[in-house]
Amino acid sequence: MHKILEKKQLSADVFYFKVDASDIVRNRKAGQFVLVQIDTEFGERIPLTIADASKEEGWIVLVFQAVGASTLKLSQKNKGDFIPAILGPLGKPTKIEKMGTVVCVGGGIGVAPLYPIVQAHKAVGNKVIVIMGARTKDLLIFEDEMRSLADELFVVTDDGSAGKKALVTEPLKEICERNEKPQEVVAIGPPIMMKFCSETTRPFAIHTLVSLNTIMIDGTGMCGGCRVTVGGETKFVCVDGPEFDGHLVDFDNMILRMKSYKKQESEDMHICRMEAAAEVLDKKART
Amino acid sequence: MKDTRKKSADSDASQVADSVANCGAVSGANYTDNYTNIDALEKKALDFIASVDDAIQNQSFSPKERLAIPLQEMPTRNPLERSRQMCEVAIGFTESMAILEANRCLQCKNQPCVAACPVHVPIPQFIAKTAQGAFKEAVDIIKMTNLLPAVCGRVCPQELQCQSVCTVGKSLKDIDKAVGIGRLERFVADWERERNLITIPEVKPETGKKVAVVGSGPAGLTLAADVRREGHSVTIFEAFHKMGGVMVYGIPEFRLPKAIVAKEIEMLKEMGVQFRTNYLVGRTGTLGQLLKEEGFDAAFIGSGAGLPKFLNIPGENLIGVFSANEYLTRANLMKAYKEFAATPFYQAGHVLVVGGGNVAMDAARMALRLGAKKVSLVYRRTRDEMPARKEEVDHAEEEGVVFRFLENPTRILGDEEGRVVSMEVLSYELGEADESGRRSPVPIEDSEHLIDCDAVIIALGNNSNPLMAQTTPGLDVDLRGQIIADAEGKTSLPAVWAGGDIVLGAATVILAMGEGRKAAASMNTYLASI
Repeated sequence: MHKILEKKQLSADVFYFKVDASDIVRNRKAGQFVLVQIDTEFGERIPLTIADASKEEGWIVLVFQAVGASTLKLSQKNKGDFIPAILGPLGKPTKIEKMGTVVCVGGGIGVAPLYPIVQAHKAVGNKVIVIMGARTKDLLIFEDEMRSLADELFVVTDDGSAGKKALVTEPLKEICERNEKPQEVVAIGPPIMMKFCSETTRPFAIHTLVSLNTIMIDGTGMCGGCRVTVGGETKFVCVDGPEFDGHLVDFDNMILRMKSYKKQESEDMHICRMEAAAEVLDKKART
Repeated sequence: MKDTRKKSADSDASQVADSVANCGAVSGANYTDNYTNIDALEKKALDFIASVDDAIQNQSFSPKERLAIPLQEMPTRNPLERSRQMCEVAIGFTESMAILEANRCLQCKNQPCVAACPVHVPIPQFIAKTAQGAFKEAVDIIKMTNLLPAVCGRVCPQELQCQSVCTVGKSLKDIDKAVGIGRLERFVADWERERNLITIPEVKPETGKKVAVVGSGPAGLTLAADVRREGHSVTIFEAFHKMGGVMVYGIPEFRLPKAIVAKEIEMLKEMGVQFRTNYLVGRTGTLGQLLKEEGFDAAFIGSGAGLPKFLNIPGENLIGVFSANEYLTRANLMKAYKEFAATPFYQAGHVLVVGGGNVAMDAARMALRLGAKKVSLVYRRTRDEMPARKEEVDHAEEEGVVFRFLENPTRILGDEEGRVVSMEVLSYELGEADESGRRSPVPIEDSEHLIDCDAVIIALGNNSNPLMAQTTPGLDVDLRGQIIADAEGKTSLPAVWAGGDIVLGAATVILAMGEGRKAAASMNTYLASI
């Protein structure tokens, strides 16, 4: 059981949970994730990235978007409530070493798991350039945190409501064209964004890491549901990843696979949204 | 006796309440040709008992008379009904069937069956008690060496072990006519559980020594029980949210009800074994941390089979292609077939299963129960070479699984959305016998053809999980990544034992238990010496 120590709503459907997890922080490193289950009888096991953690205080931060039935239910929990099961830390940690300049690109909710990676690169003395993007101003998260860490910060939005009206690939391309090329790019966000970031850096031959968040069940290598094609080979995101060389990932196949249960999910969501609406009405009726 | 059977069926129903929601009656109207329902089997048994009542009462059978007692068939649910239900297929003996079957045992002096059992259950002894109707005494004899009889009675490949050497089978020149040891084991275990008569094995006074067990499958549970009995503190670490390993995520409800596994695990809890779920040794804490920082004196690695094998053919990562592990875990552990479960399963009309082992049979039969209109199993050799248990193959066939022999996939094709629409296979013929003694399949050139389908399940076994080796310096593994252990289960690291699939590669529940037992004996000696 993991107590929710703090809850914040970062945007319309993005939530920040600081959760008691003293066992999980012990070995946890930047780039790793957890599997969360809100009902150990019938709940699904959902992979969530760790957005921050304190070994001393024994907590982790989960930032997630309430997009499916389970994340919606999770978002309805409050400070003081418990999450019944969290397994982790899972996956290989990000390889962090002193290399010079690293560009960290975060899109939407992907900015959250990027934050510990930025922290880790700063801690070993790398220059870190952060590019963060979102559809609109209200969906930008962790801006203050990133600003306090980054050597350079680029903010872009699709509609220009904050920062520059651009896609994240625009500043990324400009940085790649500089005389002093970055040594590495880390891109985390929607698959399509990671795909285009990888395409942007490919002509410059800059090593580009992407962090994949596929469908998972066990998270320990047993089921293979998370598999992706990387360099023509089948790899498991849970044990071989979650980070892979973006120039080798078959994003098109991955994007297709993530839609495996779209039909069922949208039916579930339909019911859940109705349930949520019913609850609101119920509360109103009682007060 | 008939009443007893009815009661036991009811009590089964309450134990296994989880699975009976959609189960029909035990007997139905539309029987298939060779199906005999439990009532008819029971009547036959009762009629025979009436003819030999005195001999049973006085145990005065001659060996010849014992050999003349008819083999008792396992009652099953009607295939036409059960193939769409999650409840258990095999119903289990009635008391009269059990007594009659037990009386078939010749009580031979040399006891070949005991030597052929990986955990050396005192088989003739427990059968002798069963023959007298002393079922509780019988199950207690089994539990001297096997604490999971309800599980083993269901899933052990007895026909390859104890029953393969049974004198009765040899005398009747038909191994299928050996004493039904597994069925009897299951019967007495169920009898005890259904009557709430389970007794907790005695635990010696606390020694203050601590043992960590990695994985809660059959190897780990067996070791935990044996080590705990000596008074050592035992903690089992499990990565999933439920205990039982392959017995809960892999073997389906219709073959091994999860409530029965839970009950056998409950007994370990009552013995004082501690359980930590959602703990992945190697990530949450490493084995080294458990031993050096958390005060564990010894450890056993029973982390099980690892990463599912795929075919490495084009189209394998299309939507609708699954490993059997994933397909079965969604249904078994995550209960995807329940309306209120959050984990979805993939709806498909025609499901193709690739493989010929027990897991392939499980996946094929599960697909029927998840609503597939048709399920076909593709295997590159023929029925005779299939590694699956005959009983599983027969059950699958009775339920309507279509077997396609001498075919092997070459690629999987999808539509524009990336969903599976067909699988291309190559035809084979049987050639010379290979090193396993099975005739090896030889491809027929230009014989590629397409099979239309909506989902493909790959059941070709597992590669070992690299996590323990990667995170435990000094732990030696072989070229296939399996942990190297000696005859006692000792690894290259001091105070660390290993057993089960992580050492053997994919095997069976009972072999894993045998490994656990062996390692426990060695570990107990070690713990007594420190």
